[in-house]
Amino acid sequence: MLRYTVLRILGAIPTLLLVIALAFLMVHAAPGGPFDDERALPADVEANIAAAYHLDEPLPQQFLRYMSGLLQGDLGPSYRYRDYTVGELIGTAFPYSLKLGAMAMALALLLGVSAGTVAALRQGTALDKVVMGFSMTGISIPVFVIAPVLVLFLAVKLQWLPAGWSSATGMSRYLLPVITLALPQIAYIARLTRASMIDVLGRDFIRTAHAQGLGTATVVRVHALKPAMLPVLSYMGPAIAAILTGSVVVEEIFGIPGLGQFFVRGALNRDYTLVLGIVVFYASLIVLLNLLVDILYGAIDPRVRYR
Amino acid sequence: MKMLRTLWLTLILAVVAACGGADEAAGPPNTLERGISSDPETLDQHRSRSIQAADVIRDLGEGLVGYSATGELIPAAAQSWEVSEDGLKYTFHLRDGLRWSNGDALTASHFVAGMRRLVDPSTAAFYAEMLGDLENAAGITSGEIPVSMLGVAAPDERTVVLRLVQQTPYLVSLMTHPSTFPIHPGSIAEHGDSFARPGKLVSNGAYRLEAWVPGSVISLRRNEYYWNNAGTAIDAVNYHVIVQDSAELNRYRAGELHTTSTVPPDSFAQVREEYGEQLHVAPYLGVYYYGYNLTRPPFKDNAPLRQALSMAVDREQLALRVTGRGEAPAYSWVPGGVNNYEPPLSSFAALSKEEREQVARRLYKEAGYSAENPLKIEVRYNTNDTNKKIAVAIQSMWREVLGVEATLINEEFQVLLANMRDAEITQVFRSSWMGDYNDAHTFLSVLQSGSATNMPRYENEEFDALMALAADQVDPEQRKLYLEEAERVMLADYPLIPIYFFVSKHLVSPQIEGWGDNVLDYHYSQQLSFKAVQ
Repeated sequence: MLRYTVLRILGAIPTLLLVIALAFLMVHAAPGGPFDDERALPADVEANIAAAYHLDEPLPQQFLRYMSGLLQGDLGPSYRYRDYTVGELIGTAFPYSLKLGAMAMALALLLGVSAGTVAALRQGTALDKVVMGFSMTGISIPVFVIAPVLVLFLAVKLQWLPAGWSSATGMSRYLLPVITLALPQIAYIARLTRASMIDVLGRDFIRTAHAQGLGTATVVRVHALKPAMLPVLSYMGPAIAAILTGSVVVEEIFGIPGLGQFFVRGALNRDYTLVLGIVVFYASLIVLLNLLVDILYGAIDPRVRYR
Repeated sequence: MKMLRTLWLTLILAVVAACGGADEAAGPPNTLERGISSDPETLDQHRSRSIQAADVIRDLGEGLVGYSATGELIPAAAQSWEVSEDGLKYTFHLRDGLRWSNGDALTASHFVAGMRRLVDPSTAAFYAEMLGDLENAAGITSGEIPVSMLGVAAPDERTVVLRLVQQTPYLVSLMTHPSTFPIHPGSIAEHGDSFARPGKLVSNGAYRLEAWVPGSVISLRRNEYYWNNAGTAIDAVNYHVIVQDSAELNRYRAGELHTTSTVPPDSFAQVREEYGEQLHVAPYLGVYYYGYNLTRPPFKDNAPLRQALSMAVDREQLALRVTGRGEAPAYSWVPGGVNNYEPPLSSFAALSKEEREQVARRLYKEAGYSAENPLKIEVRYNTNDTNKKIAVAIQSMWREVLGVEATLINEEFQVLLANMRDAEITQVFRSSWMGDYNDAHTFLSVLQSGSATNMPRYENEEFDALMALAADQVDPEQRKLYLEEAERVMLADYPLIPIYFFVSKHLVSPQIEGWGDNVLDYHYSQQLSFKAVQ
């Protein structure tokens, strides 16, 4: 087990290196630099700035400088946020993104599974049609449309919730962003649950359970829910990915100081170190999560270890 | 199925964790909520350069001189100043008892330290050129002369003396620019370049920095040590960073903002109807233009062709129907409303639309183009709705009037900048110029030979000579004439197509008093106040 874990960790290093090298090349290959502006700089000033940020060095040397910093856990200074290091920015931004994502995911599962189950139990009724109609709409409308519509009704017209994250404190400021981010996932999970639940409810062991005299609620809760959850579980991966990418849009619309916003702005501003830092961070996170899953598999299924 | 339970448990824990945690406290009741379109790069006045950074720094710091709400120069840290007869020596007298936000005394030497840091090559300041006319400034920035040789001195605690190498009639207005603000030497010694961070920044303006959450909000609080603290009405200011203009409008609608940084183009007509007097539109020191690449054919040495294309652009249509936010059609390079300057207009400004088109067609033909042999050019602009609409409109104007086949290429901003600067593949490009101070020089100097900001690569000895004459001129009237003549010479060469002059656009809540419209678009928070509740 230990050997397997160590091998897997060692195996992840080349992957990370490759990702970093590619990302480094790509950000530097994009035309323009971090300090270009309509207001071009006089040659002297420009030379001083390039020297201050080591941008006057040849690319391989810059790469070595970056890698040696990285090995010491230093992601470098941000070019755009000149008072902050990339490490600090990621450190303050990630918790906001995590909070947003975790709440959206929880809401999606809670509402999605409940709605799907109810629809399956009332299959063919008006309620089923309403739930499925709603979920079809939820799937088809993109986040950047949902957000302004929600803001218009709940924040501008009714004034129940803040339109912007920084205009309130506490939980109320997360509600609109979380709902926006969760809606498409609620819809998708509801459809998945409904289909899977209908399938499970038709199986023999459910009939047996009913025959034993159990009520519908107990049958669903104790017997049907677990097997019906399998497709939803395997949808978790894509759902997390969707929430990560969706958060880029949501963070910008609501002004949440999360990672997604920094990633997009960093790329547009040619903030080389910030973009690279976030890539390194996400890549490490994904590699780490994959590793965890693999190790878990190894723990559950002994055959994996000897592969 | 243990996994399922684990999953639920994890999620519940995540939510519980998410709900906890301390949140920032809201400001006092008397808090001004302002929209700002991007984060400042830094609140260090020397290492920042964006308009947004300058807006916040003007609340935090204070120069020798300031502006009133309507844009007139007013005494700030200096209560008076005088200029020597040859115009090369400026003496500023500081107010008595000036203090920093931590209570330290603010002396003339802190202004000297600030200006030295600005031109010091190791600071790598974007605006190092701002004080380029001070003695030895250029040599210091290029690293040849030590910083201590800069032409600025503090003969006593309350006097700042600037020595110039040439006439700079707009020098006093430069003293309003954040890059000339003083620095607190103790903070630099203690924190180095990170002195401007929350918790460290010591400021000398009406406000001090309370907090900054990058990507979200910058919070300022009243500086009790400010000399005019008694005259400052608002206790706290929050600058909310809102990148999308439509999101900003929604937050204004929801009552979360007192002032906005702009108004979205698409909603402009609706906003005007809905908000009436809350909408403030005012001329702004900025010009939107199309530049020609003068280093390559077809525009190199081809003034008639350049003139034909310029004349075929119907600026009234563009300003009225395409942008439609009160922009003024541009027939000159320097906008109207600049101090002591009457911009000369292009020769065709007085002609009717039909007459212009006639002349344009004749010039186009003279340049050797016709229906059979049309001019084929590429127009580059950075991706943005307004830019696109304008490009499409100009493309069709050129096609209808002249038969030009223009291809529109939209590029990401940084790509366009790189292409403009290389001047290799560009033919026609979209750009704009915003004035740094209220003087024609901030516009005309752009087009001097060799200027880094001279994107068309315009070179004209006569223009350069007139600019040099103006620079040596003590008499403001004579200087004005030279500058106007320089612009006239330049306009007759058609190195670019000025299209319209920008306007500033803000929504200002009816609760707010003291807002003034001005060409610089400066709106100091200390000049605003809440209306008394009736």
